Amino acid sequence: MLLTFDHVTKRFPSGVEALKDANFAVADGEFVSLVGPSGCGKSTALRLIAGLTAPNTGAVKWAGTPPTLGFVFQDAALMPWATVEKNVRLPLELQRMEEAKIRDRVGEALNLVGLEAFARSYPRELSGGMRMRASIARALAADPKVLLMDEPFAALDELTRERLNDELRALWAGKNLTIVFVTHSIYESVYLSSRILVMSPRPGRVVADIAMDDPRARDPEFRATQIYGERCREVRAALKMREDT
Amino acid sequence: MRDRILAYGLPIFVAVAVVGFWEWAVGAFEVSPFVLPTPSAIATAVVTEWSSLAASAWVTIRITIVAFVLALVFGVAWAVIFAQSRTIERALFPYAVTLQVTPVVAIAPLILIWVGLDNAERAVLILATIVAFFPILANTTLGLRSADRGLHELFDLYGASRLQRLTRLQFPAALPYILAGMKISGGLALIGTVVAEFAAGSGTSTGLAWVIYESGFNLRIAKAFAALALLSAIGIAIYAALSLLERQLLKRWHESATSVE
Repeated sequence: MLLTFDHVTKRFPSGVEALKDANFAVADGEFVSLVGPSGCGKSTALRLIAGLTAPNTGAVKWAGTPPTLGFVFQDAALMPWATVEKNVRLPLELQRMEEAKIRDRVGEALNLVGLEAFARSYPRELSGGMRMRASIARALAADPKVLLMDEPFAALDELTRERLNDELRALWAGKNLTIVFVTHSIYESVYLSSRILVMSPRPGRVVADIAMDDPRARDPEFRATQIYGERCREVRAALKMREDT
Repeated sequence: MRDRILAYGLPIFVAVAVVGFWEWAVGAFEVSPFVLPTPSAIATAVVTEWSSLAASAWVTIRITIVAFVLALVFGVAWAVIFAQSRTIERALFPYAVTLQVTPVVAIAPLILIWVGLDNAERAVLILATIVAFFPILANTTLGLRSADRGLHELFDLYGASRLQRLTRLQFPAALPYILAGMKISGGLALIGTVVAEFAAGSGTSTGLAWVIYESGFNLRIAKAFAALALLSAIGIAIYAALSLLERQLLKRWHESATSVE
């Protein structure tokens, strides 16, 4: 296993428990979705993986040295004063990479999300979907092994969200990338993931671990299939079960 | 287009109407020129007294600009220190407020004694800086803290240094706030210069405030009004320059600088 949550408990200074005794593991190359109700500690789990915060008890363990990470934040989190290109360059500049290499990487990342033509635009000149693409390009520019995504498409309209879902799945299929994807959308998780971890309301724990067929074989038609519907029902049942208890 | 004509035309129309009425009323009601000179007499005074007025205006402008720059430097520097630690901010902010709320007229005599009675200009400079300093400090402190939380975490994730975070995240995020503070401080620097000169400038000072004082004593009321008109012009010029700077720096990315169309 690439990443293991070993009896992780996280309490905020306010005393609220975000995660309680959370146990799960992520294997190399998986597309894992964390699904759960609002405030169930899914975002906290991502922050723990990224090392942005530390657990109170338990441990977040990597197999070997921690890999390069990319993080896509909920509301794109772009610097409004900088062009798309400068935003994408940021992680590389902070790591003091050499200029020629930065230019290559940034060009490649913008190409990957289809934003080459908007390199010199400012975030406020872009649509919500394009801003999210820029944010994804920024995360990819550092060439991460693991991509952490915190409800990246939650604020987008349905059509844009579906298009970006397809793009993301294609991206994952084309690279040797492990993705941990936080969402509260059952449909999105079923459409994208190779495995779904269902979390309980706060304090969050993993209450169901649902393995899926290989997402590489899927296409947009998958949303119309019977198996898709069954999977959605399964995830919903796991979410509901916790609400009732 | 119509909006532009109205935006510039209406204030000009008001000015012409008021000045015209003033000119007429002074004559019609036989107001003494020692109480209220006519606009034309003031304009004449600006021309005939130009060499003395311009010299005084230059003193006022110089002190105002230096005080403004000092306020900007100290305000931003102090805010940067605050941004490094909440503890420092908690310890020092009350004193910044104290400095701000203490009337400048009241501390003027003290400052004058400290810098020496023959150094009135330096006293005026210090007082004007104190007056102009606070809006920069308060706005910059707020601005440095206004950066998006996600961006802060991004900087954490890629191991940004304190300096990188300050220059690449906190300063740009604070820029609109700093510029807003500068617009307030620019006006305050001028007010501070004038008030400080009234309070501390007796004898050696030669700025516009002193011209007003002196002309009043000598019953050269038209000259006093001419100096007043120049002070207004300086204030307007400072505000216009800082507004232009703000628009230029923010126009591509900040909502406040986007034209409403």
